[in-house]
Formats: sequence, structure tokens, C-alpha cells
Amino acid sequence: MAAGSGGTPNLHSPPGTPELDPRFPLPRGSRRSRILGGGEPGARSVWIAVASTVAFFGVAAILIVSSPGWPEIKSTFFNGRVFEESFPKIVRQFGTNVFIFLVAEVFVLIVALFFAVLRSLPGPVFAPLRILAIAYTDIFRGIPTILVISLLGFGMPALRLQGLPKSEVFWAIVALTLVYSAYVTEVYRAGIESVHPSQTAAARSLGLSRLQSMRHVILPQAVRRVVPPLLNDFIGLQKDSALVAFLGVVEALQTANIISAAEFNFTPFVSLALVYLVITIPQTRFVDWLVERDRKRRQGGTVL
Amino acid sequence: MTTAAGEAPRAVVIEGLHKSFGDLHVLRGIDLQVADHEVICLIGASGSGKSTLLRCVNLIEPIDAGRIVVEGDEITAPGVDVDAIRRRIGIVFQSFNLFPHMSVLHNITLAPTKVVGTPAGEADAEARELLDRFGLADKAEEYPDRLSGGQQQRVAIMRALAMRPDIMLLDEVTSALDPELVAEVLDVIRELAAAGMTMLIATHEMGFARDIATRVCFLDDGVIAEHGPPEQIFGGPQHERTRQFLARIVAAGRM
Repeated sequence: MAAGSGGTPNLHSPPGTPELDPRFPLPRGSRRSRILGGGEPGARSVWIAVASTVAFFGVAAILIVSSPGWPEIKSTFFNGRVFEESFPKIVRQFGTNVFIFLVAEVFVLIVALFFAVLRSLPGPVFAPLRILAIAYTDIFRGIPTILVISLLGFGMPALRLQGLPKSEVFWAIVALTLVYSAYVTEVYRAGIESVHPSQTAAARSLGLSRLQSMRHVILPQAVRRVVPPLLNDFIGLQKDSALVAFLGVVEALQTANIISAAEFNFTPFVSLALVYLVITIPQTRFVDWLVERDRKRRQGGTVL
Repeated sequence: MTTAAGEAPRAVVIEGLHKSFGDLHVLRGIDLQVADHEVICLIGASGSGKSTLLRCVNLIEPIDAGRIVVEGDEITAPGVDVDAIRRRIGIVFQSFNLFPHMSVLHNITLAPTKVVGTPAGEADAEARELLDRFGLADKAEEYPDRLSGGQQQRVAIMRALAMRPDIMLLDEVTSALDPELVAEVLDVIRELAAAGMTMLIATHEMGFARDIATRVCFLDDGVIAEHGPPEQIFGGPQHERTRQFLARIVAAGRM
């Protein structure tokens, strides 16, 4: 369609060329221009943004550093020597957290999918299964994570039952899986329900069974749509892997705790905070990018 | 009921079909016999029950009363294998309902490979043959959102054909299309009719119905008010309601 055709719709424009369709103007709000305060990111506005940012944070830094309590704060929270000593140890122990949340994430994906499918089964026959799935999500979304970890992590090994694992890490993974699967079940369910019923009708009309329709038609579309909220829940899970310290497992937080107590200094906690930020911020940005990409597609794409 | 097919075997027999949605009594006793290779066009105002009738024949909507027999098997009997019946009855929807996450080829091969168990290579070859026959061979690897409405609807028809159905149900398949895209879809249906496919077609395209139908059924208020060869329905309708309906169509410039 010719640029600036002045509102006369061109009936011959082929579908599938959304960027040229005046009904769907491309969003201006790219991340850069939003930080710069909208509008065209010309060279002038870039310089203004840089200058005002430098000035703002410069003044803030000077105010903080020149405040009367700063030396104490610095030596207690940002102690260079303690940081150098504690950081490598904490990073090493963070491996335990990584192991815990990666294993938990794999099981969350499976368990949540199972409950989401249970909950979407139609008809009166499946009522007990639906009730089971609803009860599960209600219960585990309603109890504090630390409580579930305590119940399983302290309780299960205390039973001393034959064949029951005694490892706190094992029960911590079970607890995190149970809690986060409850959240992710709801995420999956929202995805399943967002796929239009006509897709099920089309699949079933071709002779696909209920399960085949779910497996080949509904779930692939549903899962694609829920990747951003799913990753958000995973970031939460990664942070909550620190709760395992409560059971006495020597992971990153526990390590920071030990060093902090020995040094009478809180820098180890700041070190651990840094480790968490290094892994979570890129993921958060990635989720933002996915959401933004989807939004652009929806605004620009022709859904015929 | 006499048809041009005379004593030919009945592809579909519908008797005393009733269907309600809550308080809304949509179908109020439909009786219809369709012979093999017949093309039946269902016409009537929106809400007269055309779509619901087709959806009942495909068992997408459970029926409240009556029975439907397809090629001698009562499909509305309790305990029948619904999936097995649906394989024999293809349906194409107004809104195409292609699977957006699959290529055109995969859309067509999904049911043959998963439901019938056709080996992937064989299903692919058959799908490409269909695409070739209906002029979309170059779109096999495309995703549905890259296709025009007319192309999507043709793919939807092929997707149903890939199951080699005994009967095709077409539910206002051109209603969602831009006017210039209608013809390409109607051409496909004409070709199917010429090849002897038994079809039940709900349509607003009166010219097309007159052209292709062996019989036209006028649905009004959930019953078949009048049926007969297209010359009779369009040339000399017997019922007052049929005359009124056709007069409105003519006034709207659609015939």
C-alpha cells in the first residue's frame, strides 16, 4: 500500500503485509525510546538523557558517600576484603541451589502439565479428578513455601520409614516442586483455555481423540503462549531455592550465613544478592523481550 | 421422498432430529435423506439451524432426540465410537480453523498419520497430491497466517479430504471470505461435486446453490420447510416463508 494513501483502503493489498497496513500502526514504544522518554530518539535527546542520568546518579552517589554513617555502612555491607574471601565460596555453594532449582523446574513442568490436563477434562465422569486438581492448586498456593519445606524437610526424614529418602535436598526439591507446580498448573490452564474451542472442534472433527487433540493441537499452542509467565514463576522458584538453607543444607545462603557470623560482617549476603541478580536480571529481560515481541506480533500480525 | 438418485443407497438418513441449547429449541424435528453422490444445499436465514444441523451430523453437538444413520450405521446410537464415525465425515467450518502452529502440509497430514496410522511418507505424498490438484503445491511449507482466507479455506477442505471421508459437510465455508476470494473456494467444491462426493452444504451463496445442488432444503425455524430440486425452490417456491426469504435475498442483491 502506498505510503500516505490518506485513508482510502486499498482492496488489492495482499494480506500478510501488516507493516504496511495503516490500520495497524507499528508501536513506537521500543525499549530505548521509552527510556529516553518517548518520541524520536534523535542524537540530541540521547545526549540530554545521558547528561541528566550522569548528573542524577552522580549527585546521589556523592550524597550517599558523604553522609555521616557511610564508612560504617561500607565496611559492614561492602567490605572489599570480606567480599574477595566470601564470593568464591558462595559461588561454589550456589551450585547446590542451581542443582535444586534445575531439577525442581524439570519436575514442575511435568507435574503442572499433569494437573492442568486433569483439570481441563470435561464431563461429569471426570469430576473427582477435576476436584483433585483444584484441591491441589488451592492447598499449595495457599501455604507459605517455607512451611511446606519445613513440613517435608524436617518431617519426612523424622519418620525414619524404610525406603524413604532422608536427604534434605531431596525433600526440598519435592517441596519446591509441589508449591511451584501449583502456580504453573494455573499458568498452563490459562494457556489451555486461551486456545479457541474451534481448534478442539476442528481436531475432533478429523477423528482425533480427546487426548490426541490435547497433545497435537491444544498444548503446543497453549505452551507457546504461557512461556513468559512460566519463566516468571521459574525466577521465583530460583530465588526460593535459598529457603533450603532453613533445613541446614549448606547451600549458598547458608554459606553466606556462616561466613557472615564468623566475620561479624554482612558483605557475604551482598555477595549472594549479586549472584542472584546476575542470574535473574537476564531472565527478567528475556521475559520482557518475549512479551514485547508477542505484543508487536499481535498488533502487527494479521490473524485471518 | 423421491430423488433423482431413485433407489440409490442412502448416505445419510436423519429422522426426527431435535436439538436445543438451553431454552432455545434450534432444531424442531428434521427429516432428511441424502443419497450417495447427492449435493444438498441447506439455505435459510441466520439462526434457522443450518450450522447446528451439520454439527449434529458430525457429532460435535450431541442431539436431544431423533436418529442419524450414515451408510447404514446409526451414529447416534449410545456407545458408538465417535472418533471412528468422524473419520468418515469431513466437516469444513466458516472460520477455517486451521492449526496455526503447523505448516499447511502438517495440517493435512496430522489426522491421517495420527488417526489412521498412515506412514508419514505416504501421508506427505498424498497431501502434496491434494495440494497440487487444488493449486496450492507451492504453499505446502507455509504457515496458515501467511495464506489468504481463500487459500486457508481450500487447505481446510483438503485437510478434511485427506481422511477420505464418505461425506463432506460444508458450513458456510465462504461467509468469512472477501468477495474476490469466494470463487476459488467454490471452484474446489464444484470439483468435488463433479468427482461424486456426497455433500451437505450450508450456504448463503444462492447462485452457487442453484448451480451445484441436486436438492435444496429451505430451513425455517428449525424445520425443513421446503425441499426440492433447485429449479423448484428458486423458480417456483411453494411455501410463503420460502418466497419471503428469497425475496429478501433478491432485495439484498445477493441473487
